[in-house]
Amino acid sequence: MAMNGSNKAVGTQPADPNSFAASVKDAATAGFLVAVLGFFFIGVRTDIAPGGLDLKMRWGAWIVSILVVFAGRLLLNLFVFKTNSPITQKFASSMPGNGRFAGAGKWMMRALFAFALILPFFFITFFPNKDRQFIDLAILIMTYIMLGWGLNIVVGLAGLLDLGYVAFYAVGAYSFALLAQYLDIGFWFALPLAGILAACWGIVLGFPVLRLRGDYLAIVTLAFGEIIRVVLLNWYEFTNGPDGISGIPKPTFFGLELKRGEGGFADFFGIAYDPIQRFIFLYYIIFVLALITNFVTMRLRRLPIGRAWEALREDEIACRSLGINTRNTKLTAFSIGAMFGGFAGSFFATRQGFISPESFTFLESAIILAIVVLGGLGSQIGVVIASIVMIGGIELLRNLGFLQQIFGSGFDPVQYRMLIFGLAMVLIMVWKPRGLISTREPSVALKEKKRIGADMVAQGEGH
Amino acid sequence: MSEQKNPLLSVRGVETYYGNIVALRGVDMDVHRGEIVTMIGANGAGKSTLMMTICGDPRARNGQIVYDGVDITQMPTHEIVSLGIAQSPEGRRIFPRMTVMENLQMGAALVDPEFFDEDLAKVFKLFPRLKERISQRGGTLSGGEQQMLAIARALMSRPKLLLLDEPSLGLAPLIVKQIFDAIRELNEKEGLTVFLVEQNAFHALKLAHRGYVMVNGNVTMSGTGAELLKKEEVRAAYLEGGRH
Repeated sequence: MAMNGSNKAVGTQPADPNSFAASVKDAATAGFLVAVLGFFFIGVRTDIAPGGLDLKMRWGAWIVSILVVFAGRLLLNLFVFKTNSPITQKFASSMPGNGRFAGAGKWMMRALFAFALILPFFFITFFPNKDRQFIDLAILIMTYIMLGWGLNIVVGLAGLLDLGYVAFYAVGAYSFALLAQYLDIGFWFALPLAGILAACWGIVLGFPVLRLRGDYLAIVTLAFGEIIRVVLLNWYEFTNGPDGISGIPKPTFFGLELKRGEGGFADFFGIAYDPIQRFIFLYYIIFVLALITNFVTMRLRRLPIGRAWEALREDEIACRSLGINTRNTKLTAFSIGAMFGGFAGSFFATRQGFISPESFTFLESAIILAIVVLGGLGSQIGVVIASIVMIGGIELLRNLGFLQQIFGSGFDPVQYRMLIFGLAMVLIMVWKPRGLISTREPSVALKEKKRIGADMVAQGEGH
Repeated sequence: MSEQKNPLLSVRGVETYYGNIVALRGVDMDVHRGEIVTMIGANGAGKSTLMMTICGDPRARNGQIVYDGVDITQMPTHEIVSLGIAQSPEGRRIFPRMTVMENLQMGAALVDPEFFDEDLAKVFKLFPRLKERISQRGGTLSGGEQQMLAIARALMSRPKLLLLDEPSLGLAPLIVKQIFDAIRELNEKEGLTVFLVEQNAFHALKLAHRGYVMVNGNVTMSGTGAELLKKEEVRAAYLEGGRH
């Protein structure tokens, strides 16, 4: 407050927008607005009473809401809006991706990879009571990482905003489920088929939207996602509609089922059966699938087709003027992205053992897209971080039982997850508008060291 | 550079429309092998439209465009480019988030990779500034460097015909001179055929062997660069006040 005091001492300039008085005044205005607006919304309550409605005044709630807004606005004014050094600046500058973390980022990636490699055994050793829960969560996060990487090809690299990515996830899941149900095909055989089918649907979607960009493309893909879901929901004879498909077979380990007793995995290797083995197995399947997704994406980025995707994102007209066949480039992006969605979908089906159209709503597309955007378009490691934060975050909310002691026993933090994510997304977009990891790694590095010779400097002629 | 029988590019009676709005009203012109030909004209005359029409986007509604004996009027853009026409589009349109190297690789997308190192050395010799900037992102280059990159990127496709749309746009006179010198060098040493669309009529006509003047979608005058420079109409409309 010393600063504010000195402001007053300097005297006759009340115009300082960052003074304490201005902050209080602004907060009081906000409080007044709440008092006016909230009088009917919060302060007055109607109840059904015999013979009509009964009007009840809730002065307490009204006053509390005014005070909450006043105090909140005042704090924001003092620390963020009306101060010369907003505390948010510190957060922003401490975010990764500013260049100085480049070296640390590499080590972090390696550490993350090593941890992912030993993750199931880590949880068995250190959290023996909760290992199944944690490994299951890791499987879920890994699925979203894979989906995020798949969508990253379409949105991050090729720059085609796809709001219906979950459609390919659904195609993959239903491909496996239906193949298993009607033709009795196992997971490993169905997996590539599901990928191919999803890729075909990617092309089917790709063709009509070739001429569209930006908002228009987004709307069409959104509609496509809904069409797939609605077809699955209504084609009762084939897909079992809203009842879903159950009894989807589990994956086998080279023909060995992970089950109790004779002929199972544990029996064959002569170890004791433990249900956790199935979780570990599933974890490694999705881990390998995700790694394949990442590996293929990274390879493709270095190939002409990957560069063409990125160039397409940058400038479509320039692409065409360089002789890039933009139609084929878009179609490959759609189909390869869709293929990985299909793989993830059939893994989802085998993990759950039961699927229904419920699992493939627009919300799923939105979450996957949010993972890609929050992580930083085109950034592979960004997707990993965003998946852990977003999917892990939902689970974390389930474990915040102590909050019930503060907010009462009816309080369920999970119900607020969308609110919290909305807030988190707004905050990240304010501080890091291009996502958590916004630096783009060039796909080619120089073989020779960069040296600026005198002859080149001379050429610049002083410019 | 007198009249040859068989021009590299010949445009006959080309009409182009944007919806119902006519942009080109029957343009005739030729570009012969080894020539620098320029098209000058005011804003909105249809110069850029002509260049885009040659590349097939938008397509000509009437008329015929023949390149190297092949009718390219109805071909898709990527096939036209694969025949050996490279374009440095208006406003440069480099890929801002990709590095200089990646931009150049995009230019070589249709070329056998075995030529890549050789071509790269060639464009770096022409524009040494780009070599300094090789791992810098395209968007961080200055306007002149971006123009050099746009031309270099077009050259990476080993073109027989280079189309340049206003390479002097928004650049300082000294940089314009550098770029025009580079174009002349390409033409004299490599024998590259260049079709140049320009508003900077003085520089363009001085550089070009032949020139055309476009007004409202029509070609109104043609002649050698020196002839056009002397013409009173050209001087009055495009040169007075624009002379450096």
